[in-house]
Amino acid sequence: MSDTLTLALSKGRIFKETLPLLAAAGIVPVDDPETSRKLILDTNLPDVKLIIVRASDVPTYVEYGGADIGVAGKDVLMEHPHAELYEPVDLKIARCKLMTAGKPDVELSSGRLRVATKFVESTRRFYAEKGEQVEIIKLYGSMELAPLVGLADRIVDVVDTGNTLRANGLIPMEHIADISSRLVVNKASMKMKHKRMQSFIEHIRDAVREQNND
Amino acid sequence: MTIKESWLLPEGIDELMPQEAAQLEKMHRTLVDFMRSWGYQLVVPPLVEYLDSLLTGTAKTLDIQTFKLTDQMSGRMLGIRADMTPQVARIAAHKLRNEADILRLCYIGSVLHTLPTGLDGARNPIQLGAEIYGHAGPESDIESIELMVALLNVSGAVSKMALDIGHVGVYRGLAEFAQLTDSQEQELFSALQRKASAEINALLQAYDISADAKQMLQELSELNGDQSVLERAKKVLNKAPQSVQDALTTLEQIANALTQRLPDIAINFDLAELRGYHYHTGVVFAAYKPNSSHAIAAGGRYDDIGEAFGLAQPATGFSLDLKKLVTELPTQKLHQETIGVQWSEDTSLHTAVKTLRESGKVVIYQFPGSETPTTHTLVKLDGHWQVTETGTQTRG
Repeated sequence: MSDTLTLALSKGRIFKETLPLLAAAGIVPVDDPETSRKLILDTNLPDVKLIIVRASDVPTYVEYGGADIGVAGKDVLMEHPHAELYEPVDLKIARCKLMTAGKPDVELSSGRLRVATKFVESTRRFYAEKGEQVEIIKLYGSMELAPLVGLADRIVDVVDTGNTLRANGLIPMEHIADISSRLVVNKASMKMKHKRMQSFIEHIRDAVREQNND
Repeated sequence: MTIKESWLLPEGIDELMPQEAAQLEKMHRTLVDFMRSWGYQLVVPPLVEYLDSLLTGTAKTLDIQTFKLTDQMSGRMLGIRADMTPQVARIAAHKLRNEADILRLCYIGSVLHTLPTGLDGARNPIQLGAEIYGHAGPESDIESIELMVALLNVSGAVSKMALDIGHVGVYRGLAEFAQLTDSQEQELFSALQRKASAEINALLQAYDISADAKQMLQELSELNGDQSVLERAKKVLNKAPQSVQDALTTLEQIANALTQRLPDIAINFDLAELRGYHYHTGVVFAAYKPNSSHAIAAGGRYDDIGEAFGLAQPATGFSLDLKKLVTELPTQKLHQETIGVQWSEDTSLHTAVKTLRESGKVVIYQFPGSETPTTHTLVKLDGHWQVTETGTQTRG
């Protein structure tokens, strides 16, 4: 088992945009996660496996050695500030922004601002740095709904095109952080399988450089 | 809590059942005896002491990890130890300060953490450690590392391991050279711990520091791998101050000694590994097992800790969680021979039982009306008490 390399990925955008980078490192999955029900996918290399997990679970799998390597959005990593992980490469994929948003032209009550988000940690830090104490309401999805039904004054969410916000009568407001996906690496794997990991990381780095022409 | 749940233990608090407890006790004795054969004397510090002494010269994280209570007798704040190292340092710097130039101490005991750490989220590890006081050269670091590896080997719980070695003096020297402010040093430290190269670059670009310093700090996160890293470090860090060069020399001496002494163990060097940066002052090291993300044993040099207790002296050592080590043991059914004997007032039986017990056998009296399962039975055959396999005796 210790000689196989396990990569944790999440379905959807991250998976699609990671594939060309993996290909540059010589790794091509045999199954397609969108059609296959398998959670462990074989690749063209017998000693490399992909596991498909929820985006927010990638740091957990990699930190505890369920996978050697993973691809996780900076938004997710910012929610795990104490995770014992290496994040050696900014893959520059799945780019978006973490922002606050709300209904335009609405007068706020003078009490504590209520903020709905699934990014509790980043939200708390952002408002604390502004010197503002806010009430955070943890939601798991469809944050845009919260201001519409009076659950919250603001939301904090990742914004790509902003279409979902606009469709629901909200506008993006403050910029919290630029988000892109990172290659995350288990600390012990980096130490125990150093040569293999280092060459994998170099391949991915080259591929990222090539893709971004720099 | 309803009465139904009164058996429930607090989160992260666990206990050992007979089989594991037996293994723990056996390992405890093996390891303490082993350390004694290297000249380490056992000390037993108290479970609680004044919070001030527990936290002297330590990091903020230890403060957060320590359970606190008020002493009704003195009105002062007590802490339940979260780490025994400061306690042993206090002993070495005060009570045993005149014992010898070099002091080798070991310890074992329960510690309590306010917050769970690691995959198992345990909050009550059993800490075992060994420290050397009074010696500043690489020799004592080498002995510490060698003893740590030897203990893991004799424990039987670790068959394959890798060593990870770093030196906090490298980053400290570079930060000083770059004249980073405290908050910059902290920020960059956090990014280095995660080898987050994108963030490191962004931070360095924003700092107003010399190009040399920028270049060297940038290289730091890439300086990890086998011994060739030290060669590379000498080249890329050649403009660094003397303290950094000294750190690299120390690492080289340690590397050469260890490859000779521990030929079977993979050694990884990582100059950006800054575990315990806030209280370590020199070499830091850790042992890893394949497929587990947390170190199974870790330590390093901490030369400043004794100062607050009245004796500044160099110190190096390591510790590990004995309970976790026991759970790493391959599970094996402990087959133990037990001898059952019927309750009786026959004094010849009492003598026979006493003799058997003294020879190391386990003898269990069967109380009237009940039977404890045993592998063997003590029966009287032809006027003599004899041990037979349970269920095989036909004559009585």
